[in-house]
Amino acid sequence: MSDMRARRGGKKTFLFNMIIVGQAGLGKSTFINTLTNHPTIPKRQCDDPAQCTLEKTVDIQAYTVETDEDGMKMQLTVVDTPGFGDNIDSSTHFNEILSYIEHQYDDVLAEQSKIKRNPKFQDSRIHVLLYFIPPTGHALREIDIELMKRLCGRVNILPCIAKADTLTPKELAAFKKRIMEAIAVNEIQLFDFPYDENEDDDETIQENLELRSLLPFAVVGSDDTLLVNGRTLRARQYPWGIVEVENMKHCDVAQLRSVLLSTHVQELKELTHDVIYEAYRSEKLSQLEGLAEKLAELNMQAQEQQPGSV
Amino acid sequence: MAAVQEPKKTPIGGYVGFDTIPTQIERKLLRRGFAFNVMLVGATGLGKSTLLNTLFAAHLIDSKGRFKVNEPPRQTTEIAPVTHHIEENGVRLKLTVIDTPGYADLMNNEHCLDPILKYIKDQYAHFLRKELTAARERYITDTRVHCVLFFINPSGQSLKPLDIVALRQLADICNVVPVIAKADSLTLDERAAFKARIKEEIEYHGIKLYPGQLQVPEPLDEYDLQEQALTDAIRARIPFAVVGSERTIVVGGQPVRGRRTKWGGVIEVDNEDHCEFTHLRNFLTRTHLQDLIETTALHYEAFRTRQLLALKENRDSNTSPNK
Repeated sequence: MSDMRARRGGKKTFLFNMIIVGQAGLGKSTFINTLTNHPTIPKRQCDDPAQCTLEKTVDIQAYTVETDEDGMKMQLTVVDTPGFGDNIDSSTHFNEILSYIEHQYDDVLAEQSKIKRNPKFQDSRIHVLLYFIPPTGHALREIDIELMKRLCGRVNILPCIAKADTLTPKELAAFKKRIMEAIAVNEIQLFDFPYDENEDDDETIQENLELRSLLPFAVVGSDDTLLVNGRTLRARQYPWGIVEVENMKHCDVAQLRSVLLSTHVQELKELTHDVIYEAYRSEKLSQLEGLAEKLAELNMQAQEQQPGSV
Repeated sequence: MAAVQEPKKTPIGGYVGFDTIPTQIERKLLRRGFAFNVMLVGATGLGKSTLLNTLFAAHLIDSKGRFKVNEPPRQTTEIAPVTHHIEENGVRLKLTVIDTPGYADLMNNEHCLDPILKYIKDQYAHFLRKELTAARERYITDTRVHCVLFFINPSGQSLKPLDIVALRQLADICNVVPVIAKADSLTLDERAAFKARIKEEIEYHGIKLYPGQLQVPEPLDEYDLQEQALTDAIRARIPFAVVGSERTIVVGGQPVRGRRTKWGGVIEVDNEDHCEFTHLRNFLTRTHLQDLIETTALHYEAFRTRQLLALKENRDSNTSPNK
């Protein structure tokens, strides 16, 4: 599957798909708008009290926007998943998300198997899943562990701490450490900025180590801009101060944006295609093989029982 | 039957001294001490223990959060009451805090409210049994839950389906006071919008929170009007947007209770411009503590009536001629 190459003044436009998962009110839409610097996902208005608190299924919606970060142009598709984890019984929700992700792989599998392929085929496989964790400061909840465990084999996962501006430095550091420990104990494989000691240069290794140490990313988002020291910035204003979203001393958004929109785009896509999709493909095909064998066996048995028929 | 005379207002000639009745009552009550039972309900990590410790300015309960990596999530809601004897200016308070670790922890939370409702009703049942005993104790130890502090996640959007079910079922049987936890994650605009949304939903679902509308017989005197004004102001403020902290930070050279975030924001718990902690504290401990205890008796009466009617029906069906 090739990228959609649009020749615009000699620059290549990349295709990148991400999905964002987490409970209501964690600032997912705001974060996407912050990331893309564009009102990509409209604010969820819920004016009818009768509708607001109904039990729902996950309402999977895709939004596409163009970005240009560090000279890298992208057609970014963000898949939003409102409703995840909000029901009294949310145990079926992660299956809905898993199905969506696998469905994109199925589409590619089907396309690859065609004799006459569609040159305009849009690759909608998800290259990264951003998982938003609420800033409780305690441990990961059952739903957090289940989601990451079930999905880590099917998609690159980057965990993020949502609304991280409520935590003190000590709380944030302890929380990050605890989350990563829980992830290790539950054998969840994240995208943890892998590097090759032999192949990669020192700078790359250093960069990846630093990014790995930031996991999970502390995220703050804002739809509003404020005038701070003469500059217009995305920020949140409280009676007790102003949080600047792009300030690396305040949160990890600047680094995360770099990862998602320029530095690690290619790597995330390659991992998705070369490793994750391949694994899915092998599993799916051997399942089909297994089924075919079983069917042949049943046919043979049926023939043996009725020797007269063909 | 002798005719009952209308009571007349009669002036007395000299000082008798029965104006000390309030003091006599006070002395007896002070000797007996007071009891207040408060229950904390809300998802893990909303700062319930911290807030309670901040309210009573003492480390009364430990956070039941899971801090160890290998600790599995609780499979049911646990009920964990802890009693402390605290004293202030000669007034002794036996404070029982009932924490509910495990509430809303699982992916499937269909039954997480059951142990909580059961505990509240069990305390009523326990009290009723003691009342009905032939040889009654002089003062029955009151373990009934006088107030449930219900912690709402500061999502800034709407209440969750579980919140609605919990609020409705709890408000039916006891006093419920909702608070917006960790309110320092909302800007003032977000806070106002969130409160308005919550109030809309509570009204839509017919949830009767504390303080309810009381029928005070007319005519209202000045004291009644003052009380009503205060209660109306509190009702307008609910849910309280609170922040708790057991740690002190230095602000302007003075130590204050608060939080200093990573980006340098300093939130002062006792500062009314920052959050509504002082309003909650005053409401709960300085103005309405006694009223919470008294209105619990009303919830108890409703329980008692239902139970006694059920008992009577049972007895009647057992002794009816058809059996």
